[in-house]
Amino acid sequence: MRIRLQLLIALLGPWLLGAALANPYETTLDNGLRIIVKEDRRAPTAVQMVWYRIGGMDETDGSSGVAHVLEHMMFKGTPSVGPGEFSKRVAAAGGRDNAFTSRDYTAYFQQIPKEKLAEMMQLEADRMRHLNVDPKEFAQEIKVVMEERRMRTDDNPHAKLFEQMNAVAFMAHPYRRPIIGWMSDLEAMTAADARAWYDAWYVPNNAYVVISGDVDHNEVFALAKKYYGPLASRPLPQRRITAEPLQEGPRHITVKAPAELPMLVMGYKAPVLRDIDKDSDPYALQMLAAILDGHDAARFNKKLVREDKVALSAGVDYDTTARGPGMFYLSGTPSAGKTVADLEAALRAEIARVRQEGVSDAELKRAKAQLLASEVYKLDSVFGQAMEIGQIEAVGLSYRLLDRMREKLQAVSAAEVQAVAGKYFNDDTLTIGVLDPQPLDSKPHRPTLPTRH
Amino acid sequence: MIRPFFRLLTIFLVLLAALPAAAGVAIEHWTTAAGARVQFVASRGLPMLDIQVDFAAGSMFDPAGKSGLAALTHALLDLGAGSRDETAIAEELADIGAQLGGGVDTDRASVSLRTLSAPDKQAAAIDILRTALAQPRFEAAILEREKTRTIAGLKEAMTRPDSIAGKAFWAALYPDHPYGRQATPESVATLSRDDLAAFHARHYTAANASITLVGDLSRGEAEQIAEQIAASLPPGAAIPLPPAPAVGAGGTTAIAHPATQAHIHLGLPAIERGNPDFFPLLVGNYTLGGGGFVSRLMQEVREKRGYAYSVYSYFMPLKQAGPFQIGLQTKRSQAGEAIGLVLETLDRFLADGPSEAELAAAKANLSGSFPLRLDSNRKILDNVAVIGFYGLPFDYLDRYQERVKAVTAAEVKAAFARHVQPQALRIVTVAAD
Repeated sequence: MRIRLQLLIALLGPWLLGAALANPYETTLDNGLRIIVKEDRRAPTAVQMVWYRIGGMDETDGSSGVAHVLEHMMFKGTPSVGPGEFSKRVAAAGGRDNAFTSRDYTAYFQQIPKEKLAEMMQLEADRMRHLNVDPKEFAQEIKVVMEERRMRTDDNPHAKLFEQMNAVAFMAHPYRRPIIGWMSDLEAMTAADARAWYDAWYVPNNAYVVISGDVDHNEVFALAKKYYGPLASRPLPQRRITAEPLQEGPRHITVKAPAELPMLVMGYKAPVLRDIDKDSDPYALQMLAAILDGHDAARFNKKLVREDKVALSAGVDYDTTARGPGMFYLSGTPSAGKTVADLEAALRAEIARVRQEGVSDAELKRAKAQLLASEVYKLDSVFGQAMEIGQIEAVGLSYRLLDRMREKLQAVSAAEVQAVAGKYFNDDTLTIGVLDPQPLDSKPHRPTLPTRH
Repeated sequence: MIRPFFRLLTIFLVLLAALPAAAGVAIEHWTTAAGARVQFVASRGLPMLDIQVDFAAGSMFDPAGKSGLAALTHALLDLGAGSRDETAIAEELADIGAQLGGGVDTDRASVSLRTLSAPDKQAAAIDILRTALAQPRFEAAILEREKTRTIAGLKEAMTRPDSIAGKAFWAALYPDHPYGRQATPESVATLSRDDLAAFHARHYTAANASITLVGDLSRGEAEQIAEQIAASLPPGAAIPLPPAPAVGAGGTTAIAHPATQAHIHLGLPAIERGNPDFFPLLVGNYTLGGGGFVSRLMQEVREKRGYAYSVYSYFMPLKQAGPFQIGLQTKRSQAGEAIGLVLETLDRFLADGPSEAELAAAKANLSGSFPLRLDSNRKILDNVAVIGFYGLPFDYLDRYQERVKAVTAAEVKAAFARHVQPQALRIVTVAAD
């Protein structure tokens, strides 16, 4: 404990000391609901986030998208708060509210002047157990969700490529289904499906509340007991998550869509953190990602875009945490006169260069310096601090270990980065997705969806 | 170990002084010897500093036939400057954890720097910022590369229904004003190094600069940094504006596209920054389409009929009359019905104005949410940079809530009548059946 604190002070400076000692604070109510409070007194505002441990990956075939549809329905009222009234009350309080659904979780938040926190807690507690899922409201809202799908995915070639690529990279694990849901599942969904989802998963013992901002944790704990305390807990249904079988050969997918430029995505199966202390490869992969794509002169941009001009853009995407399996994505758009194959060869060559020659101490030091500075910048946003806690908890890890994660990242060696470049980038676990751009002929490519009368 | 605690104590005292719950922020302001305007807000809670330098160097200043010049000039600032090449700039910034960013809109070219306030890091970061602003190299090979990338990006954007609709909307509203001109692959292809150098020399000057600093600094330190930045720029002169845009005749532009959804924009040129009708329009628009889920447009279009995921309206005050805009996306086969519904909702609002309950709700949210507009250094920077660049009164934030609360329903109706004439509305659709 003492060593860790000293390291933190050395790394981040003495001003963090007060914050590091006790903050955040935590309590657990009798019904199993955890309350985590991060005090930050810089401005007279607060954010409340309610996180449910339920997301797209908990759905089953035929009902893809129900987690997200329920998120929409959560604004449709309870016996004591009418349809649309939730947003009206938040607005009247001078607040902003919204929600988001991921593969791993569903979360709701309000940003408010601090004196309105109690009212927001009362509202969230109310809809945690008392939601109305009215069939009439559902019939309108499912149309909105279909419009959302058209906007986000059907008319967005890059999103469509990622959607179909995931469906190929994961054959069995539920990550193969899109969070927004397949259109035919949305068309078939009923209010009863949404109701069943809510009844099964929206209970205090499947949720946690993160509150940050200009608040006193003891006062927040008392309010939590008052509003969330009376809600009954209930045993959760068993989760049956199909494990992804080992991938034993490369997979290819092509998506044709109206666009000017092709796009290439190469996704390799990669580990994520399960044990913050014992795992090491995810940290090395994160540093590799930073060395390849962490700043304007990182390897991809410097070599592929600026020097060789084989790509108009090139990037890396890798998350160290997830409930399900991980992927390390390389992606890019080839320059005019270069092909997708040229770009693929160039991306592979960059990974091979790390594998064969390693990375320099200067590159590694640079990536670590950026990480350290970003830890300070992160504190500028109360919302960002609550998000960080919520997200790490969502994958089953503790926010108390965030500092330990930072230490482990700072301790990654050049040899470890070189080792993961050799270990995870082989064709047996590779999925390649290509966007094949089609000319715009200005006519609809498909008939508009049949109406369901 | 005394120092940290002493430091924390001073932090809280400073915060109490600087951020009273209901008021704005304490903006200090002055002009440098070289003539640049400076705004400064001390915020000592975190060991970091944000600087933004805004120049009157947005796309409205693109010469005819050279659309895209402002954006490309801005893009090349940090791709080689002074003694550093583009790699050295990016690596040195990363080495100290600093972030250089910014953007170009119709009016402004902004360059922003975020750095730790530790003296060695801060000094190195500011040196790079100064060099990028004052001594960009505009190397020929890099210019060619960036032109190629820009042209590819423009061609890609010309396939996307949202980009097509956005560009067509501005072109329809401003047929005879620079706000309506768009960069094209052809216009970007003509740009030369001389064009960039001339644009830079004319626009990136002290007279044209507004410098905003927010963070862990004393007034004295802020003055010193602002002097350094301004002194490295040529003095320059204020840039004259083109004649104000006129509101033209209404009409519809329909563009074919194979997308599943129609993208729809309606609007007209409305108000400039500082217009006295700003607060009545802001408060009124909250009820019409600015207030998220509680707005009339959202109620009618989304909540009652499920026509769209997103529908909104806003006023965007600019240096000269910026647009009033309504936007939505809907299944292409129901575009006509959705437009009819939007126009009906707008007409009813123009005829009746907000109800007393709606007006009260708008004021409660806009004044009540005021603290959320200023609860991070980043947000304070954004707000104060706008005040500085557009020359808004320095008590703008202090008086914001009071001016919102003072708006009457009659003022809303009169202000909308002055700025939103239904017969002058331009309607742009992409992919509507």
